[in-house]
Amino acid sequence: MASTLVKKYFREDTLPHIWCPGCGNGIVTRAIVKAIDSLGLDKDDVCIVSGIGCSSRAPGYLDFNTLHTTHGRALAFATGVKMANPKLNVIVVTGDGDSSAIGGNHLIHACRRNIDITTIVFNNNIYGMTGGQYSPTTPTGDKGTTAPYGNLDANFDLCELTKGAGASYIARGTAYAAKQLEKYIADGIKNKGFSFIEAITACPTYYGRKNKKGSAVDMLQTVKESAVMDKAWDKLTEEQKEGKFKIGKFHDVKKPEYTEQYGKLIESFNKGED
Amino acid sequence: MATTTTVGLKSHTVEDKWCKGCGICVAFCPKNVLELENEIVVVKRLEDCIQCGQCELRCPDFAIWLGGK
Repeated sequence: MASTLVKKYFREDTLPHIWCPGCGNGIVTRAIVKAIDSLGLDKDDVCIVSGIGCSSRAPGYLDFNTLHTTHGRALAFATGVKMANPKLNVIVVTGDGDSSAIGGNHLIHACRRNIDITTIVFNNNIYGMTGGQYSPTTPTGDKGTTAPYGNLDANFDLCELTKGAGASYIARGTAYAAKQLEKYIADGIKNKGFSFIEAITACPTYYGRKNKKGSAVDMLQTVKESAVMDKAWDKLTEEQKEGKFKIGKFHDVKKPEYTEQYGKLIESFNKGED
Repeated sequence: MATTTTVGLKSHTVEDKWCKGCGICVAFCPKNVLELENEIVVVKRLEDCIQCGQCELRCPDFAIWLGGK
């Protein structure tokens, strides 16, 4: 048996999913489905594309047009899907490593083009599926199986990165505040242009164990306590910001959208203009 | 197997085949309605439930929801 939401939008026979007990990915996946449901989109008008990693398993459980592609290349495939059928609502589900390390190049260029794709990054600060290697979003000093003495690299702020690269809608939510995340995702889908939503989630199995962060419940509690809304964030001192991160809608601008511009170009050729 | 608990107009369903016993719903329930038994969530005090749906919202396994089957 399943809830009405699961019955309508999930491939029920594929459940239970493979994610570990307490993994936040399920919460974020549900938020995506709820966002699609709230917009009343037809299932056939939605295409969900993913790369490789824990997060990228999500489309397998979802009953839309789905595409599970190669590592880091979800945005490249999604760009192809969107160009071939601009009417589709293309949603990319990706992880922090998949989007910002292996697929980092695709990410910045999709932002630059402002193509109408909604990207949801499940940021759990680590590569879960491959065994806990540190990723570009692992905080400096935190441990991974490939950083047993602590990560020396500075971590990416993905929202700042995508803002610099030219995305038109950028927001960050958490698996704890799933209702708020739902709204950001729905707004991202509505936005005509590249939307980037970073969902902060918890990996209790690898990131949690390696860094002694406690149980799944403890980790979700930490996410709750460390997330500060952007307006309150600006009032914090540097000391108070230590160990915390800001959430909220950071960027929402109107810019020419790629498939629209491309359509106009084709139209001008058809009219015989040069 | 899915188990539905009903008290008056309130009901809750748990799909125990999907529950992995992470305890997130138990920890974040504002009215302390849920408990884990043999690593599966059970609806213990449905009379206290305010049907806020926070368990359903945060269950990573879609294993608990408001309402019946």
